Order: sequence, then structure tokens, then C-alpha cells
Amino acid sequence: MKLAYWMYAGPAHIGTLRIASSFKNVHAIMHAPLGDDYFNVMRSMLSRERDFTPVTASVVDRHVLARGSQEKVVDNITRKDAEEHPDLIVLTPTCTSSILQEDLQNFVERAQLEAKGDVMLADVNHYRVNELQAGDRTLHQIVQFYIEKARKKGELPTTKTEKPSVNIIGISTLGFHNNHDCTELKKLMGDLGIEVNAVIPEGASVHELKNLPKAWFNLVPYRELGLMTANYLQAEFGTPCVDITPMGVVETARCIRKIQQVINAQGANVDYEEYINEQTLYVSQAAWFSRSIDCQNLTGKKAVVFGDNTHAAALTKILSREMGIHVVWAGTYCKYDADWFREQVSEYCDEVLITDDHGAIGDAIARVEPSAIFGTQMERHVGKRLDIPCGVIAAPIHVQNFPIGYKPFLGYEGTNQITDLIYNSFTLGMEDHLLEIFGGHDTKEVITKGISAESDLNWTKDGLAELNKIPGFVRGKVKRNTEKFARDRGFKDISAEVLYAAKEAVGA
Amino acid sequence: MTVAQQPEALNFECETGNYHTFCPISCVAWLYQKIEDSFFLVIGTKTCGYFLQNAMGVMIFAEPRYAMAELEEGDISAQLNDYAELKRLCEQIKRDRNPSVIVWIGTCTTEIIKMDLEGLAPKLESEIGIPIVVARANGLDYAFTQGEDTVLAAMAHRCPTQAPITENEKNERNAIQKLLNFGKKKEDVVQEESEYVDHPPLVLFGSLPDPVVTQLTLELKKQGIKVSGWLPAKRFTELPVLEEGYYVAGVNPFLSRTATTLMRRRKCKLIGAPFPIGPDGTRAWIEKICSVFGITPKGLEEREAQIWTGLEDYVKLIRGKSVFFMGDNLLEVSLARFLVRCGMTVHEVGIPYMDKRYQAAELAMLEKACQEMGVPLPKIVEKPDNYNQVQRIYELKPDLVITGMAHANPLEARGINTKWSVEFTFAQIHGFSNARDILELVTRPLRRNNNLKDLGWDKLVREEAKI
Repeated sequence: MKLAYWMYAGPAHIGTLRIASSFKNVHAIMHAPLGDDYFNVMRSMLSRERDFTPVTASVVDRHVLARGSQEKVVDNITRKDAEEHPDLIVLTPTCTSSILQEDLQNFVERAQLEAKGDVMLADVNHYRVNELQAGDRTLHQIVQFYIEKARKKGELPTTKTEKPSVNIIGISTLGFHNNHDCTELKKLMGDLGIEVNAVIPEGASVHELKNLPKAWFNLVPYRELGLMTANYLQAEFGTPCVDITPMGVVETARCIRKIQQVINAQGANVDYEEYINEQTLYVSQAAWFSRSIDCQNLTGKKAVVFGDNTHAAALTKILSREMGIHVVWAGTYCKYDADWFREQVSEYCDEVLITDDHGAIGDAIARVEPSAIFGTQMERHVGKRLDIPCGVIAAPIHVQNFPIGYKPFLGYEGTNQITDLIYNSFTLGMEDHLLEIFGGHDTKEVITKGISAESDLNWTKDGLAELNKIPGFVRGKVKRNTEKFARDRGFKDISAEVLYAAKEAVGA
Repeated sequence: MTVAQQPEALNFECETGNYHTFCPISCVAWLYQKIEDSFFLVIGTKTCGYFLQNAMGVMIFAEPRYAMAELEEGDISAQLNDYAELKRLCEQIKRDRNPSVIVWIGTCTTEIIKMDLEGLAPKLESEIGIPIVVARANGLDYAFTQGEDTVLAAMAHRCPTQAPITENEKNERNAIQKLLNFGKKKEDVVQEESEYVDHPPLVLFGSLPDPVVTQLTLELKKQGIKVSGWLPAKRFTELPVLEEGYYVAGVNPFLSRTATTLMRRRKCKLIGAPFPIGPDGTRAWIEKICSVFGITPKGLEEREAQIWTGLEDYVKLIRGKSVFFMGDNLLEVSLARFLVRCGMTVHEVGIPYMDKRYQAAELAMLEKACQEMGVPLPKIVEKPDNYNQVQRIYELKPDLVITGMAHANPLEARGINTKWSVEFTFAQIHGFSNARDILELVTRPLRRNNNLKDLGWDKLVREEAKI
């Protein structure tokens, strides 16, 4: 048992449902108790879906507990098949159903006899994988199912498309800025003269899946979703996979060069160097920003980064390599894929943090006192409490992270958006000056162990009055510095004198 | 108003139970705020945690006094010892938060693996010295607000019996009394006592925000009725005394287990009344309590009329319109009754669970309201089927659908006005003064759409839903 208040990645069935409901005309039926269909609320609220989320529950209640689901699951599948005529119904186990150990595969086979559409059981173990791993696995499972089905029917295309083409794999519902990223990637492919053969799973029909082998290569923009599918396609059809996330100027160029290499190996004979140069120097504003005076002011500022593998790794590289910002630590909650993360970021930050404990992250932020945080909604709230600005770069996210305006993170427009996000997160100019006046930036030592630790010090009336004269955005830091000073010297009460003595001590 | 042509009885139906609602563990969100010295430990899986974290939104960041005891594979397969694991976590909670009570919320998983929480709790309680209350608020058995019912039913066992204390101290124990007496001299208090009619002690049950508690308590005080205590009180240590023969009354329609526990186990007498939701409900609630104590209510009719007058600008907007409750929080019957009084027609009252005995007075009042207002009686659908309901909604084209968030946006996109049902659970809707808040919620989509009506943006989906 584990005491937990907050989790970064959801349970496995959420991953499966995200994949199933990303496809067009695919319905998921959860084998779950009442109330577990909260996914529908999230999808309807967060991504403001106009259509009913194609997820229903085959409710597990007392009767099911006593005598098993019996006909219930099969009836629910065939009923949904008749009502909505989905191409595919994915039976989704939940934590509850996985301990009931009912033979769901058998239900699927029985329902398949009657159902016009296809029926499959999502193959995920609730107690071993999380949302991200389950999503990756379910996408692979669905692709494999339809490739094999087409092969049996002899419908599998054997030739590649005439012009270079790509499958974009891993765009899904409730993914962080996924829709905008998808648009940006399509535009990028258009610029490069590459046809988009398929985008999966978002908006795809399962009937298109048999055409996946026609693409010259697969592009997997996110580390968390799509690699299993791409590896499968590589093993089956030798389709090469480009898995460099085009996030940030340098990585976008690296991704494009890799694409060039992959398609030239198949006889395309393209040269993208001129395009990369043009975009980097004149179209994207990010490279110019790095050179500008604004960015100069950011030099050496401290930041911390936390999120999923894709976004935390990319942001760390952008901050450190493209803007000269000092990333004190970078972390991920993708513990199952920690080695990859370490390898990606270790040369761009002082320390790597692998954890899914938000308390540990909060304390690590309090210890470092960075000028800005780049993290999830949880880190944003830690930042609020510590008076440190935060840019949200990864899920878990709230409704405000599903903007209506065009805000990709990938490609050249993505570099502009990220630049704005970073620049706006730091406190600058006059504020910066004030920070200097009141005791500089960064204190190396640990001031408080836990961020919720109560202060044992007493502020006197005049001390408090003096503190309140300090501008709000630096007050927290001045307060902490003064308290540290008082604690070091054994003062119990903090008066105005102590406050100014602390300021002088730091200034000296 | 015209009398209905054919006074038929309410029609009860039961569907498949394929409907959307919140998991009953959501009750921790409001109960931990209500019971200030409590800590709620939900013993379940990541699924439960994910629900709480997302459903409670920003509250999760306010250092809540609740947490998950997240079960791992070792717990499921009994490789780990339940007792040792729970002891470890509860000791940590005691160390970090020092609560006066730890409430264990049993979930679907603890049911299926048959974790004997009721058996483990007393043993652990004596070992760590903190009361442990066990409530099985799981999705196998209950829906949404019924979670509170399971917690309060468990708490009812903890209420002191005939506490061996003097009359003065007893008064002191009473939180509301203390609140009302705050800053007053002893003589004043004694004098105030005389304002009450001599009646057997009355304890109210149901968790309400403190301002609403005060409002309802004062409302009864006007009739000379003294509220001896509330289940739950602001603190676990202030749970009301319950002696045999005390009278109890519910303030919410989903508290049937608590009512049963109070009657059967604590030998209290239940006052079966409609619930104090809407001015009509509040008046009927007070009148029923008065009648039990043989008191003639004073000034209630004028009070109700005055509230209705104040509501007229909102009632005007909904009079003659129709409403469809998809059903997810058990407040549906009371709200439907109030809306009928406002002049609405109710097509259907979906409800997760219908306790016809506990809600008897409320159902009778609904029937009467329909007859007096001359509108057809609604169909009451227990354990509804959301898919079928959506088909019925397409057919009936109601002016307003009260529904969960899963269906609200898709229905809006199809030109159907919706109100998110969960807001009724969290808003203050009880008593005379909060009637306006109910209508504020009900009329909001209509007012919004009045503002937008000339834009021609009603239906925002390309094809109609497939049948």
C-alpha cells in the first residue's frame, strides 16, 4: 500500500480509452463499476468535445460479483454494435475487472459471433502498466489486428506510395496540445514535399490501417505513444522510424535531417539544408530571440523542468542549449523509461530526478528556488505557493491547457510558442533589478525541508510592516532569506532591524 | 390553477443502470471540509485516485485532509499483510496531521478482495488511539451522494449515548448552541432557552455548509423548535448525543441508510418530511416537524409567499417550459417538485436509487404539486439507461436537460439546453433564502441562450446523431 495524494500518469484503462476514442467510429466498453466512466467527463470537459464520447460501461455491480457477468458483457457489446454500428468495439478491463478474473476473451469471442463490427479485448494489466504504457500497447494491438486481418484477406498493399510519404503515429485525444502539433507536422511535411499517408489514432478510421505499409517511413513525435506500433511496422515491413521529437530549433533540424537520410536511402534524393537554414534564421523567431538582448538577460538564470519524457527532455535541451539558461535539475515521472530520459538530458542539467512523488518534486523546487519552473499543473501550484512563475509543458493538465488558439509545441511555429512561454515565465527587467536590491537571486543552502513546513519564527509588528512594503513578487524570497538569516543567527523574533541586517548580510 | 383532469399515480420504472454518475467516494471532498478534524483515507486503486484528483479539480492543491491508500499488486494477491500496511499508513497520517478521526472509505477493490475493514478497524483503533470509522462507499453498490449516506450511517454509531454530563456542559457541547450564544452572558442564554417550546430533543442529519446549518437552525427557532445537534457536526469530537426516543429529521433525500441506522440502531424516531429544498419544501419540512411536536406554525405561509414574490423574475423565465432529469445525485425528486411549483413540466425524473419509504412525503408532495399545477405526472426512472434517455430527449425536445458533464457539451452542440447536475450538490440550495440559488442555476442556460438567441448558432454538429 502506498499513501498517495496525486498521480502524474493515470490508470491503464485511461490509456486504452484515449486510443479507442481517438479513432473514428470505434467504441470502447469498460468492464467497470458505476462511476468509473469518468473518462467521458474529462473528454467532454477538457477537450470540449461536441460528440458523445464513444465509451460506455458494462456495469459491474453486486449481481456480477455474486454470479459473474454471464451474458451481460456479451449483451452490452452486441447492443452497442446494433445501436451505433461501430467498426470496432474494444472491451476495456479496469482494475476491478482484472481482479475478478473473468474470462473476458471468451466474452469477446462470443460477442464476435453476433456483432457485425470487430470486437477485441484490450490487452493491458492494470497493476503493471500506467496510462501511457497502456495507450502505446493498445495502439499497437489495434494496428496489428487490422494488418493481420488485411493480410488474411489478401488486401495488404505491397508497394510504397509513388512520392515520399509518412505515417504520423501517436496523435491522440486528451494529449497535450496534440491537435495543434498535428496541424504543424502536416504543414512541415507539406513544406518538405512529403505526403501524409496516415495520421493515427486521432481521427483515423480502422479501415485505413491496412494502408500503413505504403508509407516510406513513420514519424513518432512523442516518446510515450506510438513507438511500439512503429517498431512493429519496422519488423513487419521494414518501414524505418524517425523518433526524434521536432521540438525546439536544434531538434527540429535534427528530425528533418533524419527524415532526409531515411527517404534518400529509399531513392528520394532530397536536400533539406536550405529549408532548415531559411526557417532557422528568418522564419522561426526562436534563433533570433536567442541572439536578442531579451534572451541575454536570461543567461545563467536557474530553472527546473519536470514532465513526461518527451516534453521534459525537449524543454531541458531548449533552455540549456538554445537559451543559455541554467537547468538545475530536470525530471520525469516516466519511471518505466527512465534510462532514455537520463541519456537525453544528462549533459544539459546538473541533476536528473526520476520520481512520481509530487511531494519530492515540491521539496526539490523549494530547495533550489529557481527563477522559473517548467512542469505540469502540479508544479504550477507549487510555484504559486512559493511565488515562482511556472510554464506548463506537460500533462496532467487542466482545461486551460486545451487552448482554442493555435499553439503547437512541435515544428517551427512550435519554437515560437515555446519561446513566448519561456520568456513570459521569467520575471524580468525592473523586477529583476528589484530582486538584486533585496538580496540577489539564489541561495544554495536548503532553507526549508518541506515546502509545507511552518515557520518557527515570529515576525514583530514593525518587521511585518517593513516586509509588506516590499513588492509582492519578491516578498516571498525576501521573507525566506530573512528567516534563514535569523535562523542561522538564532534570532527568535524578526524586527525591521533584522530584516535590514539580513539584506545587508546578503549584499555583503 | 386548474386541477389535473385524471389524477393518476406516479409511474415508476426501472431501466438497465447504464448511466453516468460520480463514484460515491467523491463524498470525501465535501465531508473532509465539513468535519474539520477528520482525515479520509480511501483504500483503493489508481482508478479511484485518478477520479478524485480530476473530479475535485483545484481542491486537490489545497493540502486536502484526504489521501489514497493505493493498493498494489502485493496487496491484491495478499502477499502483503493488510493490517500491517494500514497500520503503517495510519501512523504516518497520525504523525503528519493528528486528526480526531480517520475515516476509511472502502472501495470496489476492497469489496472484491474481501478486505475486512470493519474487523481491522477496532483493533487498529485501540493500537493507535484514534477512532477509525469505516464506510463502504463503493461503485458496486452506490451512486455519488449515497457515499455521504454510508459515512453518516457509520458515524451514527459513534454519537455519544446519554452522555454522563450536567445540563450546562451538555449545552456547551452543542456546536450550534455555542455559536449562537457566542459572546452572550449566562443569564441571556438562560433567557433564550425559554424562547423554545418544550419538546423532545431533535437532531438533524445531513452534511450542509455551515451558513445553511445556521439558516435552517434559525428557521426552526422561529417556531420555538430547538435543534439539539447535527449529524455531522463541525468536528468529530462534537457529534451530537443520541438517546433512545430522540427525534431525527433528514435534510437531504439520499440519506436513507443513515435514517434506517438512526431508527433501528439508535432507537430514534424519524420525522418523515419533504426536504427543505425550495420555499415549498422548506415550509412543508418545518410544518411537518411542528406537527410532530404539536406546535402550530407561525407566519410560514407569509414567509413562503414572500420568497415566491422575490423569485418572480426567475420563475417568469421557466414558467411553461419543460425539464428532463437524467438522474445522478438523488436530489431529482425534490428539485422536480420545486420546478413543477415554478410552473415547469417535468418529462422524466431519472434517479439512481429510489427509497419510496424514506422519500414518501417528498413523492406525495410531487404528486400533489403536479395535480395542483395541472401538469402531467412525470415518469420516475430508477437506474436509468443514458443511451435510451438521449433517444427520448431527441423525441421530447425538452427546454432543459439536467445532466452530468459527460452529456452536457454533446447535447448543447445539438441545440439542447443543459444544466450540469453536480452543481446542485455543491451549491447552497436548502431553506427559504437559498431558493434563489436553485433558480439561478436552473435559469442560467436559458438566460445565456436568451443573450445569444439571434446568432443562429444553435446546432453546431454537422450530422445528426446516428440512431
